Amino acid sequence: MQAAPHQAISPASPFPANTRLAASGVACRRGERVLFAGLALALGPGEACQIAGANGIGKSSLIRILAGLAPAYAGAVERAGTVGLIDERLGLDPALPLSEALAFWARIDGVGAEARAGHLATLGLGELGDVPVRYLSTGQKKRAALARLLGQGAAIWLLDEPLNGLDTAACAVVERLAAEHCAAGGICVIASHQRLALPGMRVLELAEFVA
Amino acid sequence: MTPPSLPSTLFTIARRDLALAFRGGRQGGVVLPVLFFLAVAMLFPFAVGPDPRLLARAGGGVIWVAALLAAILPLDRLIEPDMQLGCFDQWALRGIAEEAVVLVRVLSHWLSFAPALMLAALPAGAMLGLNGATLALVELGLLAGTPGLAALGVMVAAVTAGLKGGAALAGLLVIPLAVPILIFGAGSLAPGGESGIALCAAASLVLLALAPFAGAGAIRAGR
Repeated sequence: MQAAPHQAISPASPFPANTRLAASGVACRRGERVLFAGLALALGPGEACQIAGANGIGKSSLIRILAGLAPAYAGAVERAGTVGLIDERLGLDPALPLSEALAFWARIDGVGAEARAGHLATLGLGELGDVPVRYLSTGQKKRAALARLLGQGAAIWLLDEPLNGLDTAACAVVERLAAEHCAAGGICVIASHQRLALPGMRVLELAEFVA
Repeated sequence: MTPPSLPSTLFTIARRDLALAFRGGRQGGVVLPVLFFLAVAMLFPFAVGPDPRLLARAGGGVIWVAALLAAILPLDRLIEPDMQLGCFDQWALRGIAEEAVVLVRVLSHWLSFAPALMLAALPAGAMLGLNGATLALVELGLLAGTPGLAALGVMVAAVTAGLKGGAALAGLLVIPLAVPILIFGAGSLAPGGESGIALCAAASLVLLALAPFAGAGAIRAGR
């Protein structure tokens, strides 16, 4: 499945050239049932891949396996590069104002206040810094998690249903961010049942690997 | 964007832990266990009667039991909320070992209940009519024993995180495991039992050494 990068990677890429995410023969078991097996995937700098499939087919499980947070039932996953994950869990304290909740991760990721404000503005959250996270809407929470991801500066993005709850404008922002990330030499894996318009993105139909 | 060093990252995490505990945002915070502790110490004279000799003899033990029960109260908010939030996943992705996070959590849990409890032991001791020497032994024992209670609490909270009824189960699991600390701590109050404090501290140290590894293992298994 190795394909040439679809677009020119800027020479000033912040990510090492050996950034890589590969899976071979990966199988996933939930309970007594093997969800999928024999899955192979190889992504290099600048490549994007959408994991598509119906609900319950194992998209989220695959994302967690790729992230190294869950063991694969069979097969191996190889990662070279830092991994950033977006899933349904925000990692932001619900009681804290959005800016403070993000500031915690910014301190861990070594992000300055200026860059953080820029990320909030990019995602249209500039006005919401004082609002406690629990009062944010579903879409706003998703965007807040994306702001955290931008701050992390990870080379490999694993996005589990990043478009859930987002309006059309915000979806376009996510597509643009993902495209920019790949153009900068990063890797982007998106699990979604919605189609995304990302230049040169491969689509992995999980249904083909159902055991 | 260079990530900060591990010590400064752990300091950041500790600051968040303490802010969450002291702000009381999550169910009562620091105040509730202390009030519970004082309430138990206050109830005891009502229940057994005001005989000063009886109170002075049993009072130290009552303080120990009350302290143990107070330490159980915050168990359900030690690990479970951050599992739900996905914080442990995010830390793992950043290469921060669960062991380090658990160690920080033991420390911040101890800071959030032990000093307040030791302070509250002063009025509690007065209510129970303890003399100065006994009270000093109680305080010393609490200083030796509470780190072990904190380590035990975090360990058990990690094991029961994500389980249905985990909070009640955590309480039930902690009580028998805390018995050595209780025996040595309260035993130090008996005539000639001062060396109990050293054994209490020893039990604490064993639990402290175990907690990061057991807690981290439980968190990884619970993913």
